[in-house]
Amino acid sequence: MKVLVPVKLVLDFNVKVRVKPDNSGVDLANVKMSMNPFDEISVEQAVRMQEAGMARETIAVSIGPNKAQETIRTALAMGIDRGIHVKTDAEVEPLAVAKILKAIVEGENPDLVILGKQAIDDDSNATGQMLAALMGWPQATFANEIIKDGDSLTVDREVDGGIQTVKVALPAIVTVDLRLNQPRYASLPNIMKAKRKPIEAKTPDDYGVDITPRLTTVKVSEPASRSAGVKVANAADLVVKLKSEGVI
Amino acid sequence: MAILVIAEHDNENVKDATHKTVTAALAIGGEVDILVAGKDIKNVAAQVAKIAGVRKVLACDHVSLKRQLAEAMEQVIVPLMDDYDAVLAPDTTTGKNFMPRIAAKLDVMQISSISNVESADTFVRPIYAGNAMATVKSSDGKKVITVRSTAFAPAGGEGGSASVEAIAGPAGDLKSEFVKEELSKSDRPELTAAKIIISGGRGMGSGENFAIIEKVADKLGAAIGASRAAVDAGYVPNDYQVGQTGKVVAPELYIAVGISGAIQHLAGMKDSKIIVAINKDEDAPIFQISDYGWVADLFDAVPALEAELEKSGY
Repeated sequence: MKVLVPVKLVLDFNVKVRVKPDNSGVDLANVKMSMNPFDEISVEQAVRMQEAGMARETIAVSIGPNKAQETIRTALAMGIDRGIHVKTDAEVEPLAVAKILKAIVEGENPDLVILGKQAIDDDSNATGQMLAALMGWPQATFANEIIKDGDSLTVDREVDGGIQTVKVALPAIVTVDLRLNQPRYASLPNIMKAKRKPIEAKTPDDYGVDITPRLTTVKVSEPASRSAGVKVANAADLVVKLKSEGVI
Repeated sequence: MAILVIAEHDNENVKDATHKTVTAALAIGGEVDILVAGKDIKNVAAQVAKIAGVRKVLACDHVSLKRQLAEAMEQVIVPLMDDYDAVLAPDTTTGKNFMPRIAAKLDVMQISSISNVESADTFVRPIYAGNAMATVKSSDGKKVITVRSTAFAPAGGEGGSASVEAIAGPAGDLKSEFVKEELSKSDRPELTAAKIIISGGRGMGSGENFAIIEKVADKLGAAIGASRAAVDAGYVPNDYQVGQTGKVVAPELYIAVGISGAIQHLAGMKDSKIIVAINKDEDAPIFQISDYGWVADLFDAVPALEAELEKSGY
């Protein structure tokens, strides 16, 4: 099985999000950027599949500026075989990402594309499903367990009511949820080794994909804030307060 | 302008998220129709026909739609879009699963989890786990939108008298199949529909300790939730999780017990009307957004709260 793993460079999840004073977006200048946490889980899954002899080749793809190469290097250090960097400084929406990935899939012919269920910057939760539709492939989103049996995957999905199990014929798209695995830290020898692994340099034009955004950001603002209220001393005090609010 | 709303249901009853999505559709303006896709959905179709403001109900009753898997939903919805300018679904795990497929097939960029309608082409949506709100304008001819249902009031469930029209099921092959479902069974209200929620965090220490929360929930008729830390630790199942990547809730009363208040948890509950925090760490970030904070050991405080409620006749 050949596995393709798209990875995205995002604002590190520990960094406080600051809206720019002119409301044009979120300030990304001079802040720590990292691999989208959900993508770390999909990278880990691909590497485990390779270690278990299920996958024979793993490829990481990232679409973005020069810095996106670092994200590919991280994936390579975790154990992915090689990378493809589609370089652009423009913001690329999930629809355009899915179109570029489709072109890559048609060239590489993977059996499985495994992605994070969403990126923690724009929170669209769309790329995997869009790629599945463009390819005409089945999908299993929000995976918390993946078992390969023959030419199909049996996937446990985290849904609102609990866990749903679906079986998808390969080739397929899987998007991963938080509890699929615990991503590893890359060891120093593996980080050194990753520097010698190949990364192919491409552009959206190479794939003939128009990445013009369909959504224009009118403004980005701070969410409505809540302020701290009062402290209560004991249960009687709390119950009185809640009664007077009319919520119990 | 004609808008199609995809109903959220369990083949027996319509879910409240549908009514809220109808409110968002009516805010965009125009004629609003509802698609009910499922198996043996007569009752659901009759329920949604009564929602105020709905013109027509399309009922698609087919065995392959029983679980509303994404491929089957795509095959039903995409052909219908010749007649509609926009399609809306709640941003539940069901809607999040199939809607981007519709968008890709229509060559449209989906607008995910909108929390406000500014105009027919401009919407507000949370980004960065709700740490910023983006106002976006779509240039696509057709709009594909998922709706954060906590941000909209439900459309009235009575008063409408829409006609119900049966439509054909999916025609193509399907490469995915349903195997099984393990849904949490509970007599308590659903998290997303509950008026009162009491949630436990890592401070609970174990799954067994959630028993003290259950006793308070029983007194108040509350749903039980959890932080990601409590779910990751295996105290409770994944469907308890409140937060950016779990369920987004906005009850009248939210009681956070032993929850420090990580950003991703706050994103899922900060639109609650009244927030109460019980935590022994007085510097916990949860207190900064709580209306009532109680600095105490939860193992003393929660039983004391239960006893006080008992005394007050709950």
